[in-house]
Amino acid sequence: MKQQTTILAGALAALLLGGHAFAAELRIGTAAEPSSLDPHYHNLTPNNTVRRHIFESLVDQDAKQRLIPALAESWRAVDDKTWEFKLRKGVKFHDGSEFTAQDFVYTLCRIPNVANSPSSFTLYTKGVDAVETPDPYTIIVKTAAPYPLLPVEMTTFGIISAKAAGGEKVTFDKAGCKADSWPATQAFNDGTLTIGTGPFKLAEYRKGERIVLDRNPDYWGTKPEWDKVTFRPITSDGPRMAALLAGDVDLVDEPPLQDLERLRKDPKVSVVETLSNRVVYLALDQAEPTPTIKGTDGKNPLRDIRVREALSLAIDREAIVKRIMNNTAEPAAQLLAPGLFGTNPDLKVKSDQKKAKELLTAAGYPNGFELTIGTPNDRYINDEKIAQAVAQMYSRIGIKTQVDAATVNVFFSRRNKGEFSVYLAGWSAATGEASSPLKSLVATRIKEKGFGPTNYTSYSNPKLDELLTKALATVDDAAREKLLAETMKVAMEDYAVLPLHYEVTSWAMRKGLSYEPRADQYTLAASIRSAK
Amino acid sequence: MLVFLIRRLAQSAIVIAVMSVLVFAGIFAIGNPIDVLISPEADEIERAAAIARLGLDRPMHEQFLSFAGNALSGDLGTSFVHGVPAIGLVLERFPATLELALLAMIIAVVIGIPLGIWAGLKPDSAAGRIIMAGSILGFSLPTFWVGMLLIMAFAVSLGWLPASGRGATVDVFGVPFSFLTLNGLKHMFLPALNLALFKVSLVIRLARAGTREVALQDYVRFARAKGLSPARIVGVHILKNIMIPVVTVLGLEFGSVIAFSVVTESVFAWPGMGKLLIDSILLLDRPVVVAYLLVTVLLFIVINLVVDLLYSLLDPRIRLGGAKA
Repeated sequence: MKQQTTILAGALAALLLGGHAFAAELRIGTAAEPSSLDPHYHNLTPNNTVRRHIFESLVDQDAKQRLIPALAESWRAVDDKTWEFKLRKGVKFHDGSEFTAQDFVYTLCRIPNVANSPSSFTLYTKGVDAVETPDPYTIIVKTAAPYPLLPVEMTTFGIISAKAAGGEKVTFDKAGCKADSWPATQAFNDGTLTIGTGPFKLAEYRKGERIVLDRNPDYWGTKPEWDKVTFRPITSDGPRMAALLAGDVDLVDEPPLQDLERLRKDPKVSVVETLSNRVVYLALDQAEPTPTIKGTDGKNPLRDIRVREALSLAIDREAIVKRIMNNTAEPAAQLLAPGLFGTNPDLKVKSDQKKAKELLTAAGYPNGFELTIGTPNDRYINDEKIAQAVAQMYSRIGIKTQVDAATVNVFFSRRNKGEFSVYLAGWSAATGEASSPLKSLVATRIKEKGFGPTNYTSYSNPKLDELLTKALATVDDAAREKLLAETMKVAMEDYAVLPLHYEVTSWAMRKGLSYEPRADQYTLAASIRSAK
Repeated sequence: MLVFLIRRLAQSAIVIAVMSVLVFAGIFAIGNPIDVLISPEADEIERAAAIARLGLDRPMHEQFLSFAGNALSGDLGTSFVHGVPAIGLVLERFPATLELALLAMIIAVVIGIPLGIWAGLKPDSAAGRIIMAGSILGFSLPTFWVGMLLIMAFAVSLGWLPASGRGATVDVFGVPFSFLTLNGLKHMFLPALNLALFKVSLVIRLARAGTREVALQDYVRFARAKGLSPARIVGVHILKNIMIPVVTVLGLEFGSVIAFSVVTESVFAWPGMGKLLIDSILLLDRPVVVAYLLVTVLLFIVINLVVDLLYSLLDPRIRLGGAKA
């Protein structure tokens, strides 16, 4: 049936071209749907994607996740604990009112007060200790300790209108702002408060069906090409591709891997792709006893660095990328693709089964041991297949390896309960810089510092923690980048986790459209252009 | 009749109570929704706060009791994923599913009954054999595959119909329906056909079996001897007598089409309830799953009631008494 598609696609030419001569309308088929249009309700990629069309943030990120001005024209660190943001003047909300510093203050106050939020943005606002607004176009943010990531975190949440929500008088208080009531999530779903400064306005929202946006004619920046943009959730891969080929939609995100080869050759379709900010890795449990290793008399071999190195050397990453990922991925030597902020250009990985075997023998496991790898089977691209491949590679050096695959909701619950000695998972660096994976995956779990929330392996390396702590308190960008690169090296040389590959994100669209692929995987209609 | 209704309602209440306990415990056992919902960047303090916000920090029996208490006063809780009332989410999707299911049932009846009767009257003719062979295909081809095939043929290659989605809708008393617009009907046709395929085969088989049996009965022979036209014999005497099994099965099928047409809804990106159920189970959105199943149970109860009432219309010998329900 797949071969048929290629042939059939040819017949579409007239249809595709014919349908788009008149309207500046863009229809996008998406693999996932936002859970709500409330910009502060759920920190989730589909939600954040739609948010970026309607609500803007102070600072924004370009396709390579470098910071660019948005509602703030410029910003600087006045001293280690003080940041000053100069706001853009003359920016209007969709209801015509003007954007000022009070809208930022109100947004900051509302974020901790979203009822039932399953994943809150307080994660990115808790660095703020105090806010001053000497004039409507200046914001001074104070932090309790040096906080170099503040501008990056300002990219993560959209600014809502204080006036529309009746919050003109609200003032910021770290312990909790005072207001009679806070806007309900429903008010953003039904359009009452869906009032931002973004390039698009909300026209229609039907859950499970479509989100329709109209161009904001008064937008301060480059006006988007499209009068109307429709997002349609088409969650199954096959139907999403069919919708593109049938001309029902103009662009789709996450085209399935097995169709990419054919789409690239299809004269009616163009494909763009880029290295994403996601790394797929194996985590190695350091606890003793460890749950899914047998044949070691209760000892946890993973505590021995020689075993960890052997497990890394045994993996042929090139083969995984070539055979399982159809070359749509890149072998990984660290936790974030090189080139992004804080990565280390010197890190390399090798594959050497002979040496791996020697190291196992030296560690006292000449006959290996028995191991079960946990993996989700519907979360990352080909996740279970990758785990199967790794299991075969481990079996070759004498470690009898099995794979225990489960659907996301089961897998993550079990993983979080510590049911696996080795598990496969992925990490997207939302901030686009190296402190994100380092802090979450390999730093020692310390609740008060917010270190190691996704470190489910009890891994702990004082040297790494010290370097990372230092990096996170260094406001100077160049110095911090060096420190992060060094921290990365420490983590990788200790085989804290084993990176496998960086995923590639792709988009497929009808010929005649162009889109600069984004490392953060967002599909932004304002950046989709038609070739002129 | 009244006794019959009261007994039915009492049975339904027990079903609903048992089911809500089962669903609640089942989903509780799968895992913690927070593990799926929260951003992985969130630290432990954030995690604890989110768990408390959703009320997941309390022991299961406490969560269940507060749910049951609220449910009795008509509040089925707030969706963990969407942050809006769960019952609203389910009912919002209901019209889309209902109209699709109705169209599928109409297709099943309109195509299935005539073909089935034909195959029953002339079981050894070429047409009869082709109809029966076709119904085997209808039974055995997997829905998702047929769905994709329909899309490839009618949307991608011929370009006659849209590949997926719901299309234009018209509000009737504030409820959006798409069967009232041409664009909407175009969007509905392929998914409805896909849903109907299995039912068509089922109806063909039932109608054929019924016809073969009834056609040999004395009253049919008598009607023929009396010189009634073949059309009247088939249209009245046979049709009426084969309808009871067909109505029973269609009633049950109608319920399951509404509640569980997940595959077709996914393939055609149809914004119906089935898709909502699957998404909610994947994200462990317990309030929505419970609300959904409650609505489903109610639906089945109503449909079964209607089927029972239809029996007594179709066959005057059947009485809805209190003795046998």
